[in-house]
Amino acid sequence: MISQFFVLSQRGDNIVFRDYRGEVQKGSAETFFRKVKFWKEDAEGDAPPVFNVDGVNYFHVKVAGLLFVATTRVNVSPSLVLELLQRIARVIKDYLGVLNEDSFRKNFVLVYELLDEVIDFGYAQTTSTEVLKSYVFNEPIVMDTALMPPLGPASIFMQGTKRMPGTAITKSVVANEPGGRKRDEIFVDVIEKISVTFNSSGFILTSEIDGTIQMKSYLTGNPEIRLALNEDLSIGTNDYRGSGAVILDDCNFHESVHLDSFDVDRTLSLVPPDGEFPVMNYRITQPFKPPFRINALIEETGSLKAEVTIKVRAEFNSSINANTVLVQMPLPTFTARVNFELEPGAVGHTTDFREANKRLEWGLKKVVGSSEHTLRAKLTFSQELHGNIMKEAGPLSMTFTIPMYNSSRLQVKYLQIAKKSKTHNPYRWVRYVTQANSYVARL
Amino acid sequence: MAPPLPQSQRSASPSQPSGKSEVSDLKLQLRQLAGSRAPGADDSKRDLFKKVISNMTIGIDVSSLFGEMVMCSATSDIVLKKMCYLYVGNYAKVNPDLALLTINFLQRDCKDQDPMIRGLALRSLCSLRVANLVEYLVGPLGSGLKDNNSYVRTVAVIGVLKLYHISATTCIDADFPETLKHLLLNDPDTQVVANCLSSLQEIWTLESTSSEEASRERETLHSKPIVYYLLNRIKEFSEWAQCLVMELVAKYIPSDNSEIFDIMNLLEDRLQHANGAVVLATIKVFLHLTLSMADVHQQVYERIKAPLLTQVSSGSPEQSYAILSHLHLLVMRAPYIFSSDYKHFYCQYNEPSYVKKLKLEMLTAVANESNTYEIVTELCEYAANVDIPIARESIRAVGKIALQQYDVNAIVDRLLQFLEMEKDYVTSEALVLVKDLLRKYPQWSQDCIAVVGNISSKNVQEPKAKAALIWMLGEYSQDMHDAPYVLESLVENWDEEHSPEVRLHLLTSVMKCFFKRPPETQKALGAALAAGLADFHQDVHDRALFYYRLLQYNVSVAESVVNPPKQAVSVFADTQSSEVKDRIFDEFNSLSVVYQKPSYMFTDKEHRGTLEFSDELGNLSISAESGDSVVPAQRVEENDKDLLLSTTDKDDVRDPGSNGSAYNAPSYSGSAPSATSQPLADLPFSSTSATGQQAPVSSLAIDDLLGLDFPVGIATTPSPPPLTLNPKAVLDPGTFQQKWRQLPISLSEEYSLSPHGIATLTTPSALLRHMQNHSIHCIASGGQSPNFKFFFFAQKAGEASIYLVECIINTSSAKSQIKIKADDQSSSQAFSTLFQSALSKFGLP
Repeated sequence: MISQFFVLSQRGDNIVFRDYRGEVQKGSAETFFRKVKFWKEDAEGDAPPVFNVDGVNYFHVKVAGLLFVATTRVNVSPSLVLELLQRIARVIKDYLGVLNEDSFRKNFVLVYELLDEVIDFGYAQTTSTEVLKSYVFNEPIVMDTALMPPLGPASIFMQGTKRMPGTAITKSVVANEPGGRKRDEIFVDVIEKISVTFNSSGFILTSEIDGTIQMKSYLTGNPEIRLALNEDLSIGTNDYRGSGAVILDDCNFHESVHLDSFDVDRTLSLVPPDGEFPVMNYRITQPFKPPFRINALIEETGSLKAEVTIKVRAEFNSSINANTVLVQMPLPTFTARVNFELEPGAVGHTTDFREANKRLEWGLKKVVGSSEHTLRAKLTFSQELHGNIMKEAGPLSMTFTIPMYNSSRLQVKYLQIAKKSKTHNPYRWVRYVTQANSYVARL
Repeated sequence: MAPPLPQSQRSASPSQPSGKSEVSDLKLQLRQLAGSRAPGADDSKRDLFKKVISNMTIGIDVSSLFGEMVMCSATSDIVLKKMCYLYVGNYAKVNPDLALLTINFLQRDCKDQDPMIRGLALRSLCSLRVANLVEYLVGPLGSGLKDNNSYVRTVAVIGVLKLYHISATTCIDADFPETLKHLLLNDPDTQVVANCLSSLQEIWTLESTSSEEASRERETLHSKPIVYYLLNRIKEFSEWAQCLVMELVAKYIPSDNSEIFDIMNLLEDRLQHANGAVVLATIKVFLHLTLSMADVHQQVYERIKAPLLTQVSSGSPEQSYAILSHLHLLVMRAPYIFSSDYKHFYCQYNEPSYVKKLKLEMLTAVANESNTYEIVTELCEYAANVDIPIARESIRAVGKIALQQYDVNAIVDRLLQFLEMEKDYVTSEALVLVKDLLRKYPQWSQDCIAVVGNISSKNVQEPKAKAALIWMLGEYSQDMHDAPYVLESLVENWDEEHSPEVRLHLLTSVMKCFFKRPPETQKALGAALAAGLADFHQDVHDRALFYYRLLQYNVSVAESVVNPPKQAVSVFADTQSSEVKDRIFDEFNSLSVVYQKPSYMFTDKEHRGTLEFSDELGNLSISAESGDSVVPAQRVEENDKDLLLSTTDKDDVRDPGSNGSAYNAPSYSGSAPSATSQPLADLPFSSTSATGQQAPVSSLAIDDLLGLDFPVGIATTPSPPPLTLNPKAVLDPGTFQQKWRQLPISLSEEYSLSPHGIATLTTPSALLRHMQNHSIHCIASGGQSPNFKFFFFAQKAGEASIYLVECIINTSSAKSQIKIKADDQSSSQAFSTLFQSALSKFGLP
């Protein structure tokens, strides 16, 4: 049971504020924002998602740069409230198409209308966009998506690829398109976030894939859908389905999913509700081939000098490109200057030395599969180093997105939509993307 | 509703009008439109209403438009109506007189043909929060509860709760709770049912403070028919309502094991739900149902591991934090179950520090022989982390693992490497750890001293680290050649030393050094005592004066007080009592787990209600800690009840037909000499006390002086007065519970257990038979290794006087915590002695 709900901008302005029970004082939004701000300034890192000030519990989640906050005086389930906040954000996004301060301000009457139906007197009623549709009457004022910066993991599909209608990501579930007709289509995204830690000799210490099959349906008439995955998919180590099989440690499903034939042929059947939702989450700790190999070296070359060499090798097929690759590495505290040396003919590379936190940054706009890139950096120190230089620098970390690639080899074999008529043939989009979650190489 | 915001927050957005003139402008326009039936009037109204609401959100007072807004509300346009309701709801409370104006149209709308409008109007009507309007609520609420549309009923059920908060008597007098009870079991719509459950729980909890009947009603909510009815429909409920139902099921007390398994089978697929809140609620049910079945309870841990880990890695960082906090709690309770999953607790570089902290604690907890090497290697990587607080935590974690026992050899080397890293914070943390390590493993002193000796005291600034260094200088002054001179230079800088903690340690270390190397230290000692006597800090002054007088009295006595032969510390005192930890576990799936505090420590009494019987819990814990005589209530009963059920049940299975009298236990007399001397020899901490009267007293004193947290052993045992127990005592569970509630705690103690006892205590039943032989009977038991909980009772031979005992045994720390309640409080000490000696014989051949 929650007492208040509000949304704050990054500057701390109230965008929406709803008091459901009148148990918490009015100044709570300011109290909250001050607390979150000072947490950072006191160098204690980010404020935890749940904290207590004077008997009031504050919960918050960050979505698209906005703070979604709930307060209560009662000892509730933290996971329920945080999940609810996340879900409210998703419902609002389903309606508005885009989540940001501007879309909120343009549509606040609609947002209040939604909030009234989602929560009554602090108790969650429904967060299903499907159900809400019959209670909510305001039409969203849709933002001009061309001006919007891309948001979320799926936004990478908007970059260049003509096959992918980028607008769908920011399309409202309820609003009609300019033509007055809704386009019948469904998106299935297999999004994998990978974490790998390499030790100093390039050996993999830990690796994990956290995957989600995300669905967003704009189908009319709510037809049933069958989604087939790899037949040799195994779940848990007790469920061995032959060598070379994709082995999940564990997975969970959205409540609309029927698993009747899942054990037999690995198909999921469901009637997708409106809006965006995860069909299935899964986790893999079995070894897999990492998309990048990293070699990093730091050597003292004089009393006040050292050289860093970083080599990145793309291990995936040359038909695939990785986007927005960024390599970062903390340098010794006394580093005063850095001279970068890129390989000849490097295009779209940026290098930077962040003086404030003594960090090297190397950006690569695009990395083609099977290619290799090297960066040399000459460091100059302001003071002589004591101790081991290896302990003063690193670890190196890397972020990237690779569209149309997945590390787990989990696949959507087919996506079947129960047909209403012969001519009816909705668009279906199945897309894969791999992102770095924590991709680290130690020195 | 939008709060009245400070004017400064007014947005400059052009779409939003601001200022007084615009409000009067709006007023004029609204008035013109009020009666208009012209085509397009609704559209212009919409625009106007939006402007009004927009002003309201950004904090401009538009309450002066109340009359006009109400006039314009006569419309069939639902969007307009909604905006109007929103406006009314926001301003009714501050304008109770004007609110009366709205009653009329809201009541009319409550009878509208469109169920949507009926529901909306009813919700707005109940949200006015104006006390003198409640009379207008009863009628519409009554018909709302009977409405044939489920949307209206869902709204009406929550409306009842709203009414209760405005005027409890009106709500009770109208008999609304009875109607809700009926709907709870009969309504076809699950959201109506869920809202009935929320409303009734809240109403009965609040009422139960004043009414016995209400607390009975609250109990009925956890009764079998209701719980089963809800469980059978669980899949029809929304995910949020499922959480609600499972919270209720967690409080249900099944009558036998097959019932427990039925419930678990029914709910098992909920563990695969994508919603973390549903998964945690399910886990709570599983954990609470199986508390009394040690082996099944452990299987539950195994079963929930994978779903929990999946929840941690899917979803937003915030959600994963909430789940991780719960995983943390489970790991701390049963580290051995998670010891092979340690890699999941490795920190990722981009995780927020609140997540990393939890993970470091988990890594520390799960370290054992097989994984220590890898865990410590990983932790050492973090020690060079850019995030300094985390780097510190990591070093502390390495130290804690070293203190836990395993493979100290390699760890000591690493700690010493930290000292050589020459980073200030690393050195500081490492020094504190080396000190603790030496207290536990004095055999490492040679290696450590060699490295510590190379550290210049000038490079150590943090008080804790400095104090640790000084302690080592005093303790090992015979092995560190320049110890007296280092101490001397520290004494010379006395005035610049700001931390009293450091000055206290300096005094003690100079004393110790003096006893070992008098000629070299004499000068420093004199200076230190003089400086200490002149110190403005009371503790420092007192300690200096105490040392001074001790030395004056007798130097050898002083030595035996300040520097007695020390015993290695085997277990460092835990910061949190197991009582508090159990409370937190009872409050699984609540904020208590995230804050790592039981709810009474962070909520006001009136807000504890709905989740648990936490208010009573609070009482209990406070009374237990302060030892005063607040009567604990309710929750103990709850707690004990399930234990009671389980024991009775188990007893039947294990030994059919046996009861207390079947055992021909000899009448046991505690005055037998063997009974008291035996246990002392087995208690690890009391062995010093057996060697002589002098030693324990002085060792306690010095610990105290040094502010070191040596666990205090039991120094002496008073000679037991002759107390004889009735071997055939009988007490029924009901009376036990009643007595337990009524009696204050007369004794609360902690004993150590013998290794034999620990080895024998694989199941609770082993101890039961043993204690029965000593005329102490068990009425309930439960738990799993390493935590067991027992309730015992005993009766004085020839008298009606009863003793009640709550005994919590932790086999990994070899400790038992005992609370004794007695009819005759004067003899409870004697009984405690008896109990202790009986307990200590457990496991002996």
